[in-house]
Amino acid sequence: MKIKKYSHIKSTIAIARASFKSILRSPSAVVFSLLFPLIFIVVFGFIGGGGITVDVGLDNKSDTINPIYKTLNQIKVVHFVVEDDKTMNQDLEKGRIDAVINIQKNPNGLPAYFVNVKYTEASKEKGSILKSVLSNVILPINTKANDAPPPVAELRETTISGREYKTIDFILPGQLGFALLSTGVFGTAFVFISLRLTLVIKRFFATPVTKASIVLGEAIARIVFALFTAIFIILVGHFAFGFTLINGFTTVVNMLILSTLGLIVFLGFGLAVSGVAKNESIVPPIANIITLPQFLLSGTFFSISAFPTWLQPISRALPLTYLNDALRKVAFEGATLWDVHHQILILLIWGIGIYALAVKVFKWE
Amino acid sequence: MEKSPIITVENLVKNYDKFEAVKGISFEVKEGEIFGLLGPNGAGKTTTLEIMETLRDKTSGKVMIGGFDLEKSPNDIKHIIGVQLQAAGYYPNLNLTELIKLFSGLYGIDVNAIDLLSKVSLVDKAKAKYKELSGGQKQRFSIATTLINKPKIIFLDEPTTGLDPQARRNLWDLILEIRSTGTTIVLTTHYMDEAEVLCDRIAFIDNGKIIDINSPDQFIDDLVASGFERKKEVKKANLEDVFIHFTGKDLRES
Repeated sequence: MKIKKYSHIKSTIAIARASFKSILRSPSAVVFSLLFPLIFIVVFGFIGGGGITVDVGLDNKSDTINPIYKTLNQIKVVHFVVEDDKTMNQDLEKGRIDAVINIQKNPNGLPAYFVNVKYTEASKEKGSILKSVLSNVILPINTKANDAPPPVAELRETTISGREYKTIDFILPGQLGFALLSTGVFGTAFVFISLRLTLVIKRFFATPVTKASIVLGEAIARIVFALFTAIFIILVGHFAFGFTLINGFTTVVNMLILSTLGLIVFLGFGLAVSGVAKNESIVPPIANIITLPQFLLSGTFFSISAFPTWLQPISRALPLTYLNDALRKVAFEGATLWDVHHQILILLIWGIGIYALAVKVFKWE
Repeated sequence: MEKSPIITVENLVKNYDKFEAVKGISFEVKEGEIFGLLGPNGAGKTTTLEIMETLRDKTSGKVMIGGFDLEKSPNDIKHIIGVQLQAAGYYPNLNLTELIKLFSGLYGIDVNAIDLLSKVSLVDKAKAKYKELSGGQKQRFSIATTLINKPKIIFLDEPTTGLDPQARRNLWDLILEIRSTGTTIVLTTHYMDEAEVLCDRIAFIDNGKIIDINSPDQFIDDLVASGFERKKEVKKANLEDVFIHFTGKDLRES
């Protein structure tokens, strides 16, 4: 009998195809890699639209037919709240509103108006924003008034026209990075440990398939799935929430290349976890130890520069930090892959380290 | 006519650290026969089977399967054998057709899934998932996966454990049918009635050694000739016959 030459490509593809179908039908993969990031994006997409606003209670006794009120009312940052005195005071105490303003006509002539502002300890930061808004508003009104002395200095402000950095521009790459991390770690660890425990891999070994084909096939399935997820997330972000893709299609391609690289590194974590864990119930704790700190510290939600200085070195050690960073630079600043080679290099170093560990601890049976 | 051996095992030894699981066993399996490995739990049946299936390394000894030396060309052996593992699962979330596709890909061949499923009467379950099958259907599917590469030899490890009498008889018919196409079958079982019905020859293994090899009939005749008598008078039927008589031979599965 003639045995046809055995094709390793064919067996690898067979595994990739089976694994891909299995991923699509497993609820946890779809929830963690697609739904979860999408919810965050939708939530932040809606919150993030308006920028900063200061809620200012308008005292009921306040005069409203004056140029100061009119000007303030036109400023986007200032959001006037009208409610009864008692609630207003309570809200001010609790920081639900950031200040209360009361503009009164001066019955004794000049200055024409008194602007009484009550700030609250509960919202100091927004209070100071209002303070500077007010001084910006009142100053020109003062100078415009008749027989005012000539100004000592004139403020000349210019604003360069830059791109608007929206919340979505920060949130989306972080969510994409995190989706890749959870697909890589949770997905891979669970699959390999269950294939091992249910003897699926053992049964595979009775066929001519090689170990390399099994790992490669699983990896291909996850990469394809992750790329679909990435494209979906990017498109929803772009078309629904105006996520900035500075160079359009090229940016998307660069983001996908970075995503693939990131996923390959994270797959290494998953393989290592599956080797360390003795059964399926040990996977979540170990996988969470890997993913949760990165979820919080890798600039997924907040910029790393907002962290206390002692925490920043930890953030700067994590691989997801660099993937997120590279994705943001590519998407918003239009950086090329070469521009982010520093981030790519650190990801690669992580990759080499984690695969060295995975090879050591990975178990086939 | 004496048929040539398709499997030869000589002085096979398997040690796990200090424990000797298989202590130098030798036997031959002839082409086209059903060969049974019988013995108590832990006797070394599964270890011996898994070494022949290329799934476990041997410590020493020589194993030839279908003309290939296990040591030199395990990959050639994988192409000509079919393997059913005890309690093995299948790739999650896939239906039977997809699983067969996966396996044919692993063997690098193309297989018509429906034809294969019809051999084990599972065509109506083509779109069902493995875990949705009944015990008997699971075992029939497992056997179907051993046939994908049209093997010369198939290995079945306790294929009927846990099945009801109807499903067991159904599986016996299937095994005999596969043998009738010329496939050699090596199986393990704890059921002596099963071995008596199915096996042409049996090897009794205990403590990692072969006690004796012979046909079921010969074993029984020899024992009777030695003056052995059952404590209880043998009736012309047993309780299982009553069970089948009452409940019929029809398979009970949805």
